[in-house]
Amino acid sequence: MRQRRSRRPVWVGLAAMAAFLAVFVIPFWFIFLQAMKDRRGAGRLNFAWPESWHFWGNLVEVVQTRDYLLLLAFFNSILITLGAVTLLVIFASMVGFVLSRRRTRLNGVVMALVLAGLMIPPAVVPTIWVLQGLNLFKTLHGMILIQVAYGLSFSILLYRAFIAGIPRELDEAAIIDGARPWQVFLRVILPLLKPVTVTNIVVQSIGIFNDFTNPLYYLPGRENVTVQLTLFNFQSQFSSQYNLLFMNILLITIPPLIVFIFFNRQIVAGMTAGAIKG
Amino acid sequence: MAQRQRHSPYPTWFFLPAAMVYGTLFLLPTVASLWFSLTRWDLYTAHFIGLDNFRQFFSEPFLVASVGNTLIYAVLTSGLKTVLGLLLAVLLVSPIIWRGTLRTIVFFPVLVSTIGIGITFTTLMHPTRGAINLGLEVIGIDGPGWLTDPGLALISVALVDVWKGVGLATVIYMAGLVSIPTDYYEASRIDGATRSQQFWRITLPLVWPATITVVTLSLIGGLRYFELIWAMTRGGPGFASDVVASTIYKQYQAGFYGLATAGNVVLFVLIAVIVLPLSLWFNRREVQA
Repeated sequence: MRQRRSRRPVWVGLAAMAAFLAVFVIPFWFIFLQAMKDRRGAGRLNFAWPESWHFWGNLVEVVQTRDYLLLLAFFNSILITLGAVTLLVIFASMVGFVLSRRRTRLNGVVMALVLAGLMIPPAVVPTIWVLQGLNLFKTLHGMILIQVAYGLSFSILLYRAFIAGIPRELDEAAIIDGARPWQVFLRVILPLLKPVTVTNIVVQSIGIFNDFTNPLYYLPGRENVTVQLTLFNFQSQFSSQYNLLFMNILLITIPPLIVFIFFNRQIVAGMTAGAIKG
Repeated sequence: MAQRQRHSPYPTWFFLPAAMVYGTLFLLPTVASLWFSLTRWDLYTAHFIGLDNFRQFFSEPFLVASVGNTLIYAVLTSGLKTVLGLLLAVLLVSPIIWRGTLRTIVFFPVLVSTIGIGITFTTLMHPTRGAINLGLEVIGIDGPGWLTDPGLALISVALVDVWKGVGLATVIYMAGLVSIPTDYYEASRIDGATRSQQFWRITLPLVWPATITVVTLSLIGGLRYFELIWAMTRGGPGFASDVVASTIYKQYQAGFYGLATAGNVVLFVLIAVIVLPLSLWFNRREVQA
């Protein structure tokens, strides 16, 4: 940004790296080390190098705990994430399209509701009451719909901002050629939304996969366990087995890590979308 | 009119799927909470008791304390994320070596499970065996009981929250910083401005939209979420680190559904009272700037 040639950038970079390693990397290094140790070694909670390596043994033991609870949790979490993100992309892109294209009074109301969704904390017990009334409480599809309801505001804002940058002439040309409204959306607009859709998928899937509070409230029960809740359940069970607890943390960090490696740019784009619009 | 609407290329029914889910699972419970907060309620029968829940909420010392704790937690996390995020962003847009790696390192904790981070830091903050206090011992400092001292527990959790979330503030500020034209810096340098003058007179005013986003997002988040608190202290020791969101969960677990819902309404009002005037003020300043 500022071009000034000096030796400063080198030592600033070195100092920053040293500080960042100490502050941000060491806790992850700690997780990694404990996950490799045996029970006694991990119980000391120190940074000592493992006396012997137990990666595979710890992995198998965590997976087998409570009758393969972790596998069930991964299955549930992935199912919820896929279902919710699919619906979010479809529903939010439709709303974002109409919201950014039309100028009616209804839009003001819709925008107010979208912003309310970002701000208002969900009323948990009444939500459980509604879910029970619809027979959706303690069900995976109920959880999916909850994640959709809570994620819509953010996704709609992303889509609305992106669609505003697509020239209206494209719609008009398609309409003159006799396209119906849903064809305009499906054939003309939707293919152009790929970048913002990738951003939406990545940001929302990480958020939903890492969600703890909502499954805690709306998805109780052993058969409905999600990955974040396994950690919570194992916390008491593994209180003397830190090697297994940290192996569990390591395992549930892998999916976000993979997504991060492949979609680093989109994540940052999505999370900063609100910053430049002003 | 009806004719024209049917042929509008932007049909209203596109709102419908989203509106159904959002209306049923978000708006309806929110509106219903206003009613249920006035009742004694077991999910099946609701008995109207007026403002008794709110009266009870504000007469229990630990519930009142949770409101104060929520404010402390939100202001502390939001303030630190904003200041540190801006400083880190200024560092990470300047031409230093390993810039890309440094950006990755600072952002990665944002994507990791909050509960996992909470458990990890709970171990690191253990008063006698934790790595932080053992490290302090080496340099001759007797480390405090980070999570066991009632006066410190909330602040310790808030610091971990900042550790995890500052990366998001940093990338938002980075996006704001790179959109400032470099001409301004060149012109001011020719006029003899110092580095710190450039920061206060150019960077800070022009990065205002990013500041709005960071402050609003982190403040709403700090007021609403209790995941990290739950993972690290469960509101303890005693009720020392309980916030409104965690007391709502405790009241729900104990079966006090009316009281829990009243807590929800209190939280809603708290957020509205803080965030709405703030965003109005922010936007007015933005227009002036």
